[in-house]
Amino acid sequence: MFILAEMKNVTRIPPELFNLKLNEAIAGELNKKLANKVVLNVGLCIALFDIISLQESFIFPGDGASHTRVKFRYIVFRPFIEEILLGKIRSCSQEGVHVTLGFFDDILIPPSALQHPSKFNETEQAWVWEYDTGDGSKHDLFMDAGESIRFRVTAEMFNETCPMGPITMPETQENPDNKGSINEPGLGLLTWWDN
Amino acid sequence: MEIVNANCATLSNYEVLKHLQKVKESKMKHKGQLATITYETIRYLENAPCNDQSPQNITECLKALAPYNLNKTEKLMIINTPPTTALEIQLMIEESEERLTEEQVEQILDIITRYSPHVIKDKVEENEEIE
Repeated sequence: MFILAEMKNVTRIPPELFNLKLNEAIAGELNKKLANKVVLNVGLCIALFDIISLQESFIFPGDGASHTRVKFRYIVFRPFIEEILLGKIRSCSQEGVHVTLGFFDDILIPPSALQHPSKFNETEQAWVWEYDTGDGSKHDLFMDAGESIRFRVTAEMFNETCPMGPITMPETQENPDNKGSINEPGLGLLTWWDN
Repeated sequence: MEIVNANCATLSNYEVLKHLQKVKESKMKHKGQLATITYETIRYLENAPCNDQSPQNITECLKALAPYNLNKTEKLMIINTPPTTALEIQLMIEESEERLTEEQVEQILDIITRYSPHVIKDKVEENEEIE
């Protein structure tokens, strides 16, 4: 679920931060730049883990700021395919069930990946699993917003939306498309499987 | 910004929670989004089983699970969301029916119960309710 990503960067420390210790100033700048951003092919950046190495700092003509080469490790949220995660239902729509982890919202369980047979209830705005009790009757299991849900990660896409900008600088974007599924026994609302 | 290694290590939920709590407690003023994301992530993790875990628990649990030939991601899932039923084990472990016998699944569940405070706490609450 969480990984460490090793990155390097040339960090600019503006003169007003010269009163701080260098590593504190750099940690602050890196967090300012990356926290809560999605980096292409890496994932959602959470917080700086540690600084591995600092090289000498440079001053360029015409700029009072110092530039420091830094190698660091960052905590990144990146679920792997097949991982089982716990989340809460944010909302239901025709497109499927939207799940949130609190800090990460963009997870969709499409209708094809819901328990079979499921249908969308327009009046309640919720997906319903028509559970077959075995004696010919059906038991409607509603998927209401706010309920805890266990799901499997089936696709992770931290894609870029606008392929622009310099090549060395990975684009950040806000809406990665992550897919989940609950069409296996044991997946779905936690209350469904409580004995 | 250059990515040297997009995945140089995997962290368990417990490690992330402890690190973020440290970040939150540090006196440095947080700029931008860091405060938001640490707050939201801590809130998610505090409601997860990792809130009650300890490093000793986790290492001992992993030692006990060693003979069952689980791979790294399976063990990570077991630590992050300790399964309490055979059904959950079946979900987390690929081809579990072929790789594990029913007794082994029971043994794994026993090991998890022994080393995860969260499961023990749930059981105690259940018993209290029954009484």
